[in-house]
Amino acid sequence: MTALLKVSGLNAYYGRVQALFGMAFEVQEGGITTILGANGAGKTTTLRAVCGLTRTEGQIEFNGNAIGSKATEDIVRMGIAQVPDGRGTFVNLTVEENLRLGAYTRKNRSLVAQDFDRVYHLFPVLLERREQQAGTLSGGEQQMLAIARALMLRPKLLLLDEPSFGLAPLVVKEVFEVLRQVNKEEGVSMLLVEQNASLALRLADDAYLMETGQVVLSGPAQQIGEDESVRRSYLGY
Amino acid sequence: MEIVIQQIAAGLATGGIYAAVALALVMIYQATELVNFAQGEMAMFSTYIAWSMINAGMPYWVAFFLTIVISLIGGVLIERFVIRPVEDAPILSIVIVFIGLLVIFNSLAGWIFSYVIKEFPSPFPSHAIVIGHIQFGSHDIGSVIVTLVVLALLYVFFRFTPLGLAMRAAAQNPVSSRLVGIRVGWMLALGWGLAAAVGSVAGMMVAHKVFLDPNMMSGILLYSFAAALLGGITSPGGAVFGGFTVGVLENLVGSFVPFVGNELKLTVALVLIIGVLLVKPSGLFGRTVVTRV
Repeated sequence: MTALLKVSGLNAYYGRVQALFGMAFEVQEGGITTILGANGAGKTTTLRAVCGLTRTEGQIEFNGNAIGSKATEDIVRMGIAQVPDGRGTFVNLTVEENLRLGAYTRKNRSLVAQDFDRVYHLFPVLLERREQQAGTLSGGEQQMLAIARALMLRPKLLLLDEPSFGLAPLVVKEVFEVLRQVNKEEGVSMLLVEQNASLALRLADDAYLMETGQVVLSGPAQQIGEDESVRRSYLGY
Repeated sequence: MEIVIQQIAAGLATGGIYAAVALALVMIYQATELVNFAQGEMAMFSTYIAWSMINAGMPYWVAFFLTIVISLIGGVLIERFVIRPVEDAPILSIVIVFIGLLVIFNSLAGWIFSYVIKEFPSPFPSHAIVIGHIQFGSHDIGSVIVTLVVLALLYVFFRFTPLGLAMRAAAQNPVSSRLVGIRVGWMLALGWGLAAAVGSVAGMMVAHKVFLDPNMMSGILLYSFAAALLGGITSPGGAVFGGFTVGVLENLVGSFVPFVGNELKLTVALVLIIGVLLVKPSGLFGRTVVTRV
């Protein structure tokens, strides 16, 4: 296995405030990596940094190319899609318009049409709500829309910021089942940031534990799940 | 009765102008949450460009379309070189830049073209159109048609083209837009370009009626602002509705309320602005913006 995304020595800043201190991690080709940590540890910042949404220093290498100094719009064009925290759907646009925007950078119309069928197949409820304004959807449906929109880019790498946040347990199960399916069947690599550690560790291959802007523990997800301190602090047993 | 209908028709004609300028204001407001106070002066300057070309012997419609294109490019350039550098500045600084633009365009027009009032030609026949016993000015009818065509084209552009969709998305949620690969900066610049282009059409249509001088648009901007507020400054459709309503209202009040007359007509706009802000700040069709803090 080779690393699709390789990050090392990453510092990130909000204005003058430094949020990441030498952050380092990898996402394997076709693999799922999860980043765990408490509120304010820098998980969301890490995702934002990969997409060039914050000022950064350090190395970010995607598919063999340095992307650290590239603009967000160009990083997206290389095949990185992000489902941001708070979902980031366009609430005043219809479900279908949201999905069309997901494929904004793609030119091949017949492939885009195929992908419409694909995401409607993955999330049938979106097909029912096609003409509805995204803001009128329930929280779970909006999360599905956010993921579907990201998939419309046909990304090599999918960044997910707390996809389980605020959702009913049954919906969480459905969403994670789709993520597993997309990963297994289409080989889309994923970087998953989650508060729900046990859920994330079950889905992921590799795991990193963050505290105050840096990695304090890393390894295969299963091994991290068995770690005494992780169990006590994040899994609660 | 005939006078009322005539006044309504004339009101619709100026209302179309207000609608177009109001729409230009709304387009920039949606993307930046700021009212571009220089919108009127930009339209006035565009009209001078059209006047120069027509004066140099160019056919009206050629000058008309060329002016639209020049205004579009000009709007994009203004956003890129004047507004972009102060993008992250406090609101007050940006408002000052808008006012600066207003003064610059006004003085520039006066300096280049002088403050002498000029006639601006109409592309429509000069005789009136008579339906029943009522006379309609053909320029009035023509300018209503022109503004309606412009508004329809804009509707189709924003509703049905990928670029229009991207512009709406960029105005609504810049971060998510960047995350799907939309170049948000260019969308904003294009928004300025379109607003300037729509404004230039309004300027060229109204100049025949009010005559061309550097202060031609100041009253019109006020009415358009009232129109945008009435319809709801977050609603393009509302701005158009507000434009026509204000135009008709202005004419009816001016002709039939004796103490208002022609002299106090502009007050109607001010009363309307204050009234809307007091009673329904989001306007008729606008949405109330709730911000979490």
